[in-house]
Amino acid sequence: MNVLELTNIRKSFGSLEVLRGITVTVAKGEVVAIIGPSGSGKSTLLRCATLLETVDEGEINYLGDYVVRTSPEGRVQYSSPADLKRIRRYFGLVFQNFNLFPHYSVIKNVIDPLIHVQKRDKEEAYADARALLSKMGLADKADSYPYQLSGGQQQRVSIVRALAMKPEVLFFDEPTSALDPELTGEVLKVIRSLTEEHMTMVIVTHEMQFAQHVADKVYFMDDGLVVEQGTPDEVFGKPQEERTRRFLERYAPTAP
Amino acid sequence: MSLETIIIQLAVGLLKSIAIFALTLIGSLPLGLFVAFGRMSKWAPLKGLAPAGSGRLRKGLAGFRPLQTLVKLYISLMRGTPLMLQLMVVYFGPYYLFKIPIGQNYRFTAVIIGFVLNYAAYFAEIYRSGIESMPVGQYEAASVLGYSRPQTFFKIILPQVIKRILPSITNEVITLVKDTSLAFAISYSEMFTLARKISSSQSTLVPFVVAGIFYYLFNLIMAYVMERAEKSLGYFR
Ligand SMILES: Nc1ncnc2c1ncn2[C@@H]1O[C@H](COP(=O)(O)OP(=O)(O)OP(=O)(O)O)[C@@H](O)[C@H]1O
Ligand SMILES: [Mg+2]
Repeated sequence: MNVLELTNIRKSFGSLEVLRGITVTVAKGEVVAIIGPSGSGKSTLLRCATLLETVDEGEINYLGDYVVRTSPEGRVQYSSPADLKRIRRYFGLVFQNFNLFPHYSVIKNVIDPLIHVQKRDKEEAYADARALLSKMGLADKADSYPYQLSGGQQQRVSIVRALAMKPEVLFFDEPTSALDPELTGEVLKVIRSLTEEHMTMVIVTHEMQFAQHVADKVYFMDDGLVVEQGTPDEVFGKPQEERTRRFLERYAPTAP
Repeated sequence: MSLETIIIQLAVGLLKSIAIFALTLIGSLPLGLFVAFGRMSKWAPLKGLAPAGSGRLRKGLAGFRPLQTLVKLYISLMRGTPLMLQLMVVYFGPYYLFKIPIGQNYRFTAVIIGFVLNYAAYFAEIYRSGIESMPVGQYEAASVLGYSRPQTFFKIILPQVIKRILPSITNEVITLVKDTSLAFAISYSEMFTLARKISSSQSTLVPFVVAGIFYYLFNLIMAYVMERAEKSLGYFR
Protein backbone atom coordinates (compact mmCIF):
# COMPACT_ATOMS: atom_id res chain seq x y z
CA MET A 1 0.00 0.00 0.00
CA ASN A 2 1.28 3.44 -0.90
CA VAL A 3 1.12 6.09 1.76
CA LEU A 4 1.95 8.82 -0.72
CA GLU A 5 1.80 9.17 -4.47
CA LEU A 6 3.09 12.27 -6.20
CA THR A 7 2.34 12.00 -9.90
CA ASN A 8 3.72 14.18 -12.65
CA ILE A 9 4.11 17.25 -10.42
CA ARG A 10 4.87 20.51 -12.19
CA LYS A 11 5.57 23.82 -10.55
CA SER A 12 6.91 27.14 -11.81
CA PHE A 13 7.80 30.37 -10.06
CA GLY A 14 7.08 32.98 -12.71
CA SER A 15 8.98 31.82 -15.76
CA LEU A 16 11.28 29.54 -13.73
CA GLU A 17 10.22 25.88 -14.08
CA VAL A 18 11.27 24.32 -10.79
CA LEU A 19 9.48 20.96 -11.00
CA ARG A 20 9.07 19.56 -14.49
CA GLY A 21 6.98 16.43 -14.06
CA ILE A 22 8.02 14.54 -10.94
CA THR A 23 6.64 11.20 -9.85
CA VAL A 24 7.47 9.78 -6.45
CA THR A 25 5.72 6.96 -4.59
CA VAL A 26 6.23 6.06 -0.97
CA ALA A 27 5.05 2.71 0.39
CA LYS A 28 4.08 2.12 3.99
CA GLY A 29 7.11 1.71 6.23
CA GLU A 30 9.47 2.81 3.49
CA VAL A 31 12.30 5.31 3.91
CA VAL A 32 12.81 7.42 0.80
CA ALA A 33 15.83 9.66 0.41
CA ILE A 34 15.81 12.53 -2.08
CA ILE A 35 19.20 13.84 -3.09
CA GLY A 36 20.35 16.32 -5.68
CA PRO A 37 22.24 19.55 -6.21
CA SER A 38 21.18 22.87 -4.74
CA GLY A 39 18.29 24.41 -6.65
CA SER A 40 17.13 21.13 -8.16
CA GLY A 41 13.68 21.53 -6.56
CA LYS A 42 13.85 19.14 -3.60
CA SER A 43 12.44 21.58 -1.06
CA THR A 44 9.80 22.76 -3.49
CA LEU A 45 8.66 19.16 -3.95
CA LEU A 46 8.30 18.66 -0.18
CA ARG A 47 6.52 22.00 0.10
CA CYS A 48 4.02 20.93 -2.56
CA ALA A 49 3.46 17.62 -0.79
CA THR A 50 2.89 19.37 2.56
CA LEU A 51 0.52 21.99 1.12
CA LEU A 52 2.90 24.90 1.68
CA GLU A 53 2.91 25.46 -2.10
CA THR A 54 0.30 24.67 -4.72
CA VAL A 55 1.18 22.67 -7.79
CA ASP A 56 0.58 23.84 -11.37
CA GLU A 57 -0.12 20.32 -12.60
CA GLY A 58 -0.16 16.75 -11.35
CA GLU A 59 -1.73 14.64 -8.64
CA ILE A 60 -1.06 14.10 -4.96
CA ASN A 61 -2.77 11.53 -2.78
CA TYR A 62 -2.20 10.18 0.70
CA LEU A 63 -3.54 6.63 1.15
CA GLY A 64 -5.80 7.20 -1.83
CA ASP A 65 -7.16 10.44 -0.38
CA TYR A 66 -6.65 13.08 -3.04
CA VAL A 67 -5.07 16.45 -2.28
CA VAL A 68 -5.12 17.56 -5.88
CA ARG A 69 -5.95 16.11 -9.27
CA THR A 70 -5.52 17.38 -12.80
CA SER A 71 -8.24 16.75 -15.36
CA PRO A 72 -7.30 15.52 -18.86
CA GLU A 73 -7.86 19.09 -20.08
CA GLY A 74 -5.20 20.25 -17.64
CA ARG A 75 -7.48 21.83 -15.02
CA VAL A 76 -5.93 21.60 -11.54
CA GLN A 77 -8.47 20.79 -8.85
CA TYR A 78 -7.59 20.91 -5.15
CA SER A 79 -9.84 19.13 -2.65
CA SER A 80 -12.14 21.14 -0.38
CA PRO A 81 -10.65 22.90 2.67
CA ALA A 82 -12.43 20.38 4.91
CA ASP A 83 -10.81 17.48 3.04
CA LEU A 84 -7.41 19.16 3.11
CA LYS A 85 -7.75 19.69 6.84
CA ARG A 86 -8.33 15.97 7.28
CA ILE A 87 -5.47 15.09 4.91
CA ARG A 88 -3.04 17.28 6.84
CA ARG A 89 -3.20 14.73 9.63
CA TYR A 90 -1.47 12.18 7.39
CA PHE A 91 1.86 13.99 7.31
CA GLY A 92 4.37 15.85 9.42
CA LEU A 93 7.30 17.99 8.35
CA VAL A 94 10.63 18.63 10.05
CA PHE A 95 12.16 21.88 8.86
CA GLN A 96 15.80 22.68 8.25
CA ASN A 97 15.67 25.48 10.83
CA PHE A 98 13.33 23.72 13.29
CA ASN A 99 10.65 26.45 13.46
CA LEU A 100 9.82 25.72 17.08
CA PHE A 101 7.49 28.24 18.70
CA PRO A 102 9.85 30.36 20.82
CA HIS A 103 7.21 31.51 23.30
CA TYR A 104 6.22 27.94 24.20
CA SER A 105 8.24 25.65 26.42
CA VAL A 106 9.44 22.37 24.92
CA ILE A 107 6.52 20.39 26.31
CA LYS A 108 4.02 23.05 25.24
CA ASN A 109 5.41 23.01 21.71
CA VAL A 110 4.60 19.31 21.61
CA ILE A 111 1.24 19.17 23.39
CA ASP A 112 -0.37 22.37 22.10
CA PRO A 113 -1.20 21.04 18.62
CA LEU A 114 -2.30 17.72 20.13
CA ILE A 115 -4.80 19.50 22.35
CA HIS A 116 -5.88 22.39 20.15
CA VAL A 117 -5.70 20.81 16.70
CA GLN A 118 -6.26 17.12 17.29
CA LYS A 119 -8.50 17.76 20.33
CA ARG A 120 -6.83 14.95 22.22
CA ASP A 121 -7.31 14.46 25.92
CA LYS A 122 -4.98 16.73 27.89
CA GLU A 123 -3.62 14.11 30.30
CA GLU A 124 -3.05 11.67 27.49
CA ALA A 125 -1.30 14.32 25.37
CA TYR A 126 1.06 15.18 28.22
CA ALA A 127 1.79 11.50 28.87
CA ASP A 128 2.53 10.84 25.18
CA ALA A 129 4.69 13.94 24.90
CA ARG A 130 6.71 13.09 28.00
CA ALA A 131 7.24 9.52 26.81
CA LEU A 132 8.48 10.71 23.42
CA LEU A 133 10.72 13.36 24.94
CA SER A 134 12.41 10.83 27.22
CA LYS A 135 12.86 8.46 24.33
CA MET A 136 14.73 11.20 22.48
CA GLY A 137 16.84 12.00 25.53
CA LEU A 138 15.04 15.26 26.22
CA ALA A 139 13.19 14.41 29.43
CA ASP A 140 15.05 17.06 31.43
CA LYS A 141 14.34 19.75 28.80
CA ALA A 142 10.54 19.57 28.95
CA ASP A 143 10.23 22.92 30.71
CA SER A 144 13.04 24.71 28.88
CA TYR A 145 12.39 27.26 26.17
CA PRO A 146 13.78 26.74 22.67
CA TYR A 147 16.43 29.47 23.01
CA GLN A 148 17.93 27.55 25.94
CA LEU A 149 18.62 24.49 23.77
CA SER A 150 21.38 23.63 21.33
CA GLY A 151 20.49 23.32 17.66
CA GLY A 152 20.60 19.54 17.87
CA GLN A 153 18.25 19.53 20.84
CA GLN A 154 15.89 21.95 19.11
CA GLN A 155 15.79 19.73 16.06
CA ARG A 156 15.06 16.69 18.21
CA VAL A 157 12.21 18.58 19.86
CA SER A 158 10.81 19.47 16.47
CA ILE A 159 10.97 15.78 15.51
CA VAL A 160 9.10 14.91 18.70
CA ARG A 161 6.52 17.61 17.94
CA ALA A 162 5.92 16.09 14.50
CA LEU A 163 5.92 12.49 15.74
CA ALA A 164 3.45 13.19 18.54
CA MET A 165 0.84 14.00 15.89
CA LYS A 166 1.11 10.35 14.79
CA PRO A 167 1.52 11.07 11.08
CA GLU A 168 1.43 8.35 8.44
CA VAL A 169 4.51 9.83 6.82
CA LEU A 170 7.14 12.20 8.10
CA PHE A 171 9.02 14.57 5.78
CA PHE A 172 12.46 15.95 6.59
CA ASP A 173 13.95 18.86 4.64
CA GLU A 174 17.69 18.77 5.28
CA PRO A 175 17.20 18.23 9.01
CA THR A 176 20.91 18.63 9.82
CA SER A 177 21.95 21.40 7.43
CA ALA A 178 21.50 24.19 9.99
CA LEU A 179 23.52 22.35 12.64
CA ASP A 180 27.16 22.49 13.63
CA PRO A 181 28.87 19.35 12.34
CA GLU A 182 29.33 17.92 15.84
CA LEU A 183 25.54 18.09 16.40
CA THR A 184 24.39 16.34 13.23
CA GLY A 185 25.15 12.90 14.69
CA GLU A 186 22.58 13.08 17.47
CA VAL A 187 19.82 14.08 15.04
CA LEU A 188 20.72 11.43 12.48
CA LYS A 189 20.72 8.86 15.27
CA VAL A 190 17.18 9.82 16.21
CA ILE A 191 16.03 9.52 12.62
CA ARG A 192 17.77 6.18 12.29
CA SER A 193 15.97 4.95 15.42
CA LEU A 194 12.67 5.76 13.70
CA THR A 195 13.51 3.48 10.80
CA GLU A 196 13.65 0.62 13.28
CA GLU A 197 10.04 1.38 14.19
CA HIS A 198 9.12 1.31 10.49
CA MET A 199 8.13 4.95 10.40
CA THR A 200 7.41 5.99 6.82
CA MET A 201 9.78 8.82 5.96
CA VAL A 202 10.81 11.03 3.08
CA ILE A 203 14.18 12.63 3.73
CA VAL A 204 15.81 15.36 1.68
CA THR A 205 19.45 15.33 2.66
CA HIS A 206 22.99 16.16 1.67
CA GLU A 207 24.29 13.48 4.05
CA MET A 208 25.05 10.89 1.39
CA GLN A 209 26.36 8.19 3.71
CA PHE A 210 23.31 8.54 5.89
CA ALA A 211 20.99 8.30 2.88
CA GLN A 212 22.84 5.25 1.69
CA HIS A 213 22.48 3.51 5.04
CA VAL A 214 18.90 4.28 6.04
CA ALA A 215 17.02 4.59 2.76
CA ASP A 216 15.07 1.82 1.08
CA LYS A 217 14.78 3.92 -2.06
CA VAL A 218 16.79 6.87 -3.36
CA TYR A 219 15.66 9.52 -5.83
CA PHE A 220 18.28 11.69 -7.49
CA MET A 221 16.80 14.99 -8.67
CA ASP A 222 18.40 17.50 -10.98
CA ASP A 223 16.93 20.56 -12.64
CA GLY A 224 13.33 19.73 -11.72
CA LEU A 225 13.41 16.11 -12.86
CA VAL A 226 14.01 12.73 -11.25
CA VAL A 227 17.12 11.70 -13.12
CA GLU A 228 17.62 8.37 -11.43
CA GLN A 229 15.94 6.23 -8.80
CA GLY A 230 16.51 2.88 -7.20
CA THR A 231 17.89 1.16 -4.13
CA PRO A 232 20.86 2.82 -2.43
CA ASP A 233 23.07 0.12 -3.88
CA GLU A 234 21.87 0.89 -7.38
CA VAL A 235 22.03 4.68 -7.16
CA PHE A 236 25.20 4.99 -5.11
CA GLY A 237 26.86 1.74 -6.23
CA LYS A 238 26.35 1.72 -9.97
CA PRO A 239 24.69 4.94 -11.10
CA GLN A 240 23.43 4.68 -14.68
CA GLU A 241 23.33 8.38 -15.47
CA GLU A 242 26.27 10.64 -16.11
CA ARG A 243 24.65 13.46 -14.07
CA THR A 244 24.28 11.17 -11.05
CA ARG A 245 27.88 10.11 -11.26
CA ARG A 246 29.12 13.69 -11.45
CA PHE A 247 26.94 14.70 -8.50
CA LEU A 248 28.10 11.79 -6.35
CA GLU A 249 31.74 12.52 -7.13
CA ARG A 250 31.24 16.11 -6.01
CA TYR A 251 29.11 15.55 -2.92
CA ALA A 252 30.17 12.16 -1.62
CA PRO A 253 33.74 11.49 -2.58
CA THR A 254 33.91 8.78 0.08
CA ALA A 255 30.87 6.88 -1.21
CA PRO A 256 31.77 3.71 -3.12
CA MET B 1 -4.91 81.31 45.65
CA SER B 2 -2.84 79.08 47.91
CA LEU B 3 -0.54 76.38 46.58
CA GLU B 4 -2.75 73.81 48.23
CA THR B 5 -5.84 74.97 46.35
CA ILE B 6 -3.90 74.94 43.09
CA ILE B 7 -2.72 71.40 43.73
CA ILE B 8 -6.20 70.21 44.61
CA GLN B 9 -7.76 71.82 41.53
CA LEU B 10 -5.07 70.41 39.26
CA ALA B 11 -5.41 66.98 40.84
CA VAL B 12 -9.04 66.98 39.72
CA GLY B 13 -7.80 67.87 36.23
CA LEU B 14 -5.24 65.11 36.45
CA LEU B 15 -8.01 62.56 37.00
CA LYS B 16 -9.59 63.75 33.75
CA SER B 17 -6.22 63.49 31.97
CA ILE B 18 -5.91 59.94 33.28
CA ALA B 19 -9.40 59.16 31.98
CA ILE B 20 -8.43 60.40 28.50
CA PHE B 21 -5.23 58.38 28.67
CA ALA B 22 -6.89 55.14 29.77
CA LEU B 23 -9.86 55.30 27.41
CA THR B 24 -7.59 56.16 24.49
CA LEU B 25 -5.48 53.06 25.10
CA ILE B 26 -8.50 50.83 25.68
CA GLY B 27 -9.99 51.99 22.39
CA SER B 28 -6.97 52.39 20.16
CA LEU B 29 -4.94 49.29 21.00
CA PRO B 30 -7.62 46.86 19.70
CA LEU B 31 -8.79 49.25 16.96
CA GLY B 32 -5.19 49.58 15.77
CA LEU B 33 -5.03 45.83 15.23
CA PHE B 34 -8.09 45.95 12.95
CA VAL B 35 -6.65 48.95 11.11
CA ALA B 36 -3.41 46.98 10.63
CA PHE B 37 -5.40 44.09 9.13
CA GLY B 38 -7.03 46.55 6.73
CA ARG B 39 -3.65 48.05 5.86
CA MET B 40 -2.31 44.57 5.04
CA SER B 41 -5.45 43.51 3.17
CA LYS B 42 -4.76 42.05 -0.26
CA TRP B 43 -8.42 42.03 -1.23
CA ALA B 44 -8.63 42.98 -4.89
CA PRO B 45 -12.20 42.55 -6.20
CA LEU B 46 -11.20 43.36 -9.78
CA LYS B 47 -8.44 40.76 -9.89
CA GLY B 48 -10.25 38.75 -12.55
CA LEU B 49 -9.91 41.64 -15.00
CA ALA B 50 -6.35 41.04 -16.11
CA PRO B 51 -5.64 37.77 -17.90
CA ALA B 52 -2.03 37.36 -18.99
CA GLY B 53 -0.99 39.91 -21.58
CA SER B 54 -3.63 42.56 -20.90
CA GLY B 55 -2.93 46.28 -21.01
CA ARG B 56 -1.62 48.61 -18.36
CA LEU B 57 -5.02 50.05 -17.41
CA ARG B 58 -6.55 46.64 -16.83
CA LYS B 59 -3.52 45.53 -14.84
CA GLY B 60 -3.80 48.66 -12.72
CA LEU B 61 -7.49 48.07 -12.06
CA ALA B 62 -6.92 44.39 -11.33
CA GLY B 63 -4.28 45.25 -8.75
CA PHE B 64 -6.55 47.81 -7.05
CA ARG B 65 -6.96 47.01 -3.34
CA PRO B 66 -9.82 49.21 -2.09
CA LEU B 67 -9.59 48.39 1.61
CA GLN B 68 -5.82 48.79 1.72
CA THR B 69 -6.01 52.09 -0.18
CA LEU B 70 -8.68 53.47 2.11
CA VAL B 71 -6.82 52.50 5.26
CA LYS B 72 -3.57 53.93 3.89
CA LEU B 73 -5.34 57.24 3.31
CA TYR B 74 -6.76 57.20 6.84
CA ILE B 75 -3.34 56.48 8.37
CA SER B 76 -1.61 59.17 6.35
CA LEU B 77 -4.26 61.75 7.31
CA MET B 78 -4.01 60.85 11.00
CA ARG B 79 -0.24 61.03 10.97
CA GLY B 80 0.05 63.95 8.58
CA THR B 81 -2.18 66.50 10.35
CA PRO B 82 -2.02 67.89 13.90
CA LEU B 83 -3.97 66.01 16.55
CA MET B 84 -5.22 69.37 17.79
CA LEU B 85 -6.84 70.03 14.43
CA GLN B 86 -8.35 66.53 14.38
CA LEU B 87 -9.90 67.16 17.79
CA MET B 88 -11.47 70.37 16.52
CA VAL B 89 -12.87 68.62 13.45
CA VAL B 90 -14.39 65.88 15.60
CA TYR B 91 -15.83 68.41 18.06
CA PHE B 92 -17.12 71.13 15.73
CA GLY B 93 -17.59 69.00 12.62
CA PRO B 94 -21.05 67.63 13.42
CA TYR B 95 -22.38 71.16 13.87
CA TYR B 96 -20.70 72.88 10.93
CA LEU B 97 -21.21 70.00 8.53
CA PHE B 98 -24.60 68.64 9.54
CA LYS B 99 -26.04 71.35 11.81
CA ILE B 100 -26.27 68.85 14.65
CA PRO B 101 -26.34 70.81 17.91
CA ILE B 102 -23.37 70.08 20.17
CA GLY B 103 -24.35 69.02 23.70
CA GLN B 104 -22.18 69.79 26.71
CA ASN B 105 -21.44 66.06 27.21
CA TYR B 106 -20.12 65.73 23.69
CA ARG B 107 -16.89 67.56 24.58
CA PHE B 108 -15.42 64.57 26.42
CA THR B 109 -16.76 62.11 23.82
CA ALA B 110 -15.12 64.17 21.07
CA VAL B 111 -11.80 64.11 22.92
CA ILE B 112 -11.92 60.32 23.18
CA ILE B 113 -13.02 59.80 19.57
CA GLY B 114 -10.25 62.08 18.32
CA PHE B 115 -7.55 60.47 20.43
CA VAL B 116 -8.64 56.89 19.67
CA LEU B 117 -8.76 57.52 15.91
CA ASN B 118 -5.36 59.19 15.97
CA TYR B 119 -3.58 56.66 18.15
CA ALA B 120 -5.14 53.68 16.34
CA ALA B 121 -3.35 54.87 13.20
CA TYR B 122 0.02 54.94 14.96
CA PHE B 123 -0.57 51.60 16.68
CA ALA B 124 -1.66 50.07 13.36
CA GLU B 125 1.70 50.88 11.80
CA ILE B 126 3.48 49.44 14.83
CA TYR B 127 1.43 46.23 14.66
CA ARG B 128 2.07 45.99 10.95
CA SER B 129 5.82 46.33 11.29
CA GLY B 130 5.76 43.66 14.01
CA ILE B 131 3.60 41.27 12.03
CA GLU B 132 5.65 41.73 8.87
CA SER B 133 8.89 41.09 10.77
CA MET B 134 7.75 37.60 11.78
CA PRO B 135 9.68 34.82 10.05
CA VAL B 136 7.50 32.94 7.56
CA GLY B 137 8.66 29.65 9.11
CA GLN B 138 6.37 30.27 12.09
CA TYR B 139 3.34 30.36 9.79
CA GLU B 140 4.56 27.31 7.90
CA ALA B 141 5.14 25.24 11.04
CA ALA B 142 1.67 26.19 12.27
CA SER B 143 0.12 25.31 8.92
CA VAL B 144 1.76 21.89 8.76
CA LEU B 145 0.67 21.17 12.33
CA GLY B 146 -2.89 21.94 11.28
CA TYR B 147 -3.55 25.15 13.22
CA SER B 148 -6.40 27.19 11.77
CA ARG B 149 -5.67 30.74 10.61
CA PRO B 150 -7.18 32.42 13.69
CA GLN B 151 -5.32 29.97 15.96
CA THR B 152 -2.10 30.67 14.11
CA PHE B 153 -2.52 34.40 14.50
CA PHE B 154 -3.70 34.60 18.08
CA LYS B 155 -1.71 31.73 19.60
CA ILE B 156 1.51 31.70 17.60
CA ILE B 157 2.04 35.06 15.91
CA LEU B 158 0.49 37.73 18.15
CA PRO B 159 2.36 36.88 21.39
CA GLN B 160 5.66 37.10 19.55
CA VAL B 161 4.60 40.31 17.80
CA ILE B 162 3.66 41.90 21.13
CA LYS B 163 7.09 41.16 22.51
CA ARG B 164 8.74 42.67 19.46
CA ILE B 165 6.66 45.86 19.42
CA LEU B 166 6.48 46.58 23.13
CA PRO B 167 9.34 49.14 23.04
CA SER B 168 7.53 51.08 20.29
CA ILE B 169 4.27 50.87 22.23
CA THR B 170 6.10 52.28 25.26
CA ASN B 171 7.13 55.32 23.18
CA GLU B 172 3.54 55.95 22.17
CA VAL B 173 2.30 55.54 25.72
CA ILE B 174 4.78 58.16 26.97
CA THR B 175 3.79 60.51 24.18
CA LEU B 176 0.11 59.97 24.95
CA VAL B 177 0.57 61.08 28.57
CA LYS B 178 1.80 64.43 27.29
CA ASP B 179 -0.63 64.57 24.36
CA THR B 180 -3.64 64.48 26.70
CA SER B 181 -2.90 68.20 27.21
CA LEU B 182 -3.99 68.83 23.60
CA ALA B 183 -7.58 68.45 24.76
CA PHE B 184 -7.26 72.13 25.72
CA ALA B 185 -7.87 72.82 22.00
CA ILE B 186 -11.56 72.19 22.59
CA SER B 187 -11.48 73.51 26.16
CA TYR B 188 -11.96 70.16 27.85
CA SER B 189 -11.05 70.77 31.48
CA GLU B 190 -8.21 68.32 31.88
CA MET B 191 -5.10 69.29 33.82
CA PHE B 192 -3.38 71.50 31.26
CA THR B 193 -6.55 73.47 30.43
CA LEU B 194 -7.05 74.11 34.13
CA ALA B 195 -3.43 75.15 34.62
CA ARG B 196 -3.81 77.75 31.87
CA LYS B 197 -7.02 79.05 33.36
CA ILE B 198 -5.63 79.39 36.87
CA SER B 199 -2.38 80.88 35.62
CA SER B 200 -4.03 83.66 33.63
CA SER B 201 -6.60 84.52 36.31
CA GLN B 202 -4.01 84.59 39.12
CA SER B 203 -1.03 85.79 37.02
CA THR B 204 1.29 83.11 38.28
CA LEU B 205 3.34 80.34 36.69
CA VAL B 206 2.94 78.04 39.70
CA PRO B 207 0.07 76.01 38.12
CA PHE B 208 2.30 75.15 35.16
CA VAL B 209 5.09 74.01 37.45
CA VAL B 210 2.67 71.83 39.42
CA ALA B 211 1.13 70.41 36.24
CA GLY B 212 4.60 69.70 34.89
CA ILE B 213 5.46 67.75 38.00
CA PHE B 214 2.21 65.80 37.75
CA TYR B 215 2.87 64.90 34.07
CA TYR B 216 6.39 63.86 34.93
CA LEU B 217 5.28 61.61 37.80
CA PHE B 218 2.53 60.12 35.65
CA ASN B 219 5.13 59.26 33.03
CA LEU B 220 7.53 57.81 35.55
CA ILE B 221 4.81 55.43 36.65
CA MET B 222 3.93 54.50 33.08
CA ALA B 223 7.58 53.92 32.21
CA TYR B 224 7.81 51.59 35.20
CA VAL B 225 4.64 49.73 34.20
CA MET B 226 5.88 49.25 30.64
CA GLU B 227 9.28 48.09 31.86
CA ARG B 228 7.55 45.47 33.98
CA ALA B 229 5.49 44.40 30.98
CA GLU B 230 8.63 44.03 28.87
CA LYS B 231 10.32 42.04 31.62
CA SER B 232 7.30 39.75 31.95
CA LEU B 233 7.83 38.75 28.31
CA GLY B 234 11.51 38.10 28.88
CA TYR B 235 10.99 34.38 29.41
CA PHE B 236 11.39 33.69 25.70
CA ARG B 237 13.50 34.98 22.84
N1 LIG C 1 9.05 31.09 -3.50
C1 LIG C 1 9.90 31.06 -4.55
N2 LIG C 1 9.88 32.04 -5.48
C2 LIG C 1 10.71 32.02 -6.53
N3 LIG C 1 11.63 31.07 -6.74
C3 LIG C 1 11.72 30.08 -5.86
C4 LIG C 1 10.87 30.02 -4.70
N4 LIG C 1 11.18 28.91 -3.99
C5 LIG C 1 12.19 28.31 -4.66
N5 LIG C 1 12.52 29.00 -5.78
C6 LIG C 1 13.53 28.61 -6.77
O1 LIG C 1 13.27 27.30 -7.16
C7 LIG C 1 14.47 26.57 -7.38
C8 LIG C 1 14.43 25.30 -6.56
O2 LIG C 1 14.48 25.63 -5.19
P1 LIG C 1 14.44 24.55 -4.03
O3 LIG C 1 14.52 25.29 -2.76
O4 LIG C 1 13.30 23.64 -4.24
O5 LIG C 1 15.82 23.77 -4.31
P2 LIG C 1 16.51 22.67 -3.41
O6 LIG C 1 16.72 21.49 -4.29
O7 LIG C 1 15.76 22.46 -2.15
O8 LIG C 1 17.92 23.34 -3.11
P3 LIG C 1 18.82 23.29 -1.77
O9 LIG C 1 19.58 22.00 -1.82
O10 LIG C 1 19.73 24.47 -1.92
O11 LIG C 1 17.91 23.39 -0.61
C9 LIG C 1 15.60 27.51 -7.01
O12 LIG C 1 16.11 28.07 -8.20
C10 LIG C 1 14.92 28.57 -6.18
O13 LIG C 1 15.57 29.81 -6.32
MG1 LIG D 1 16.12 22.88 -0.09
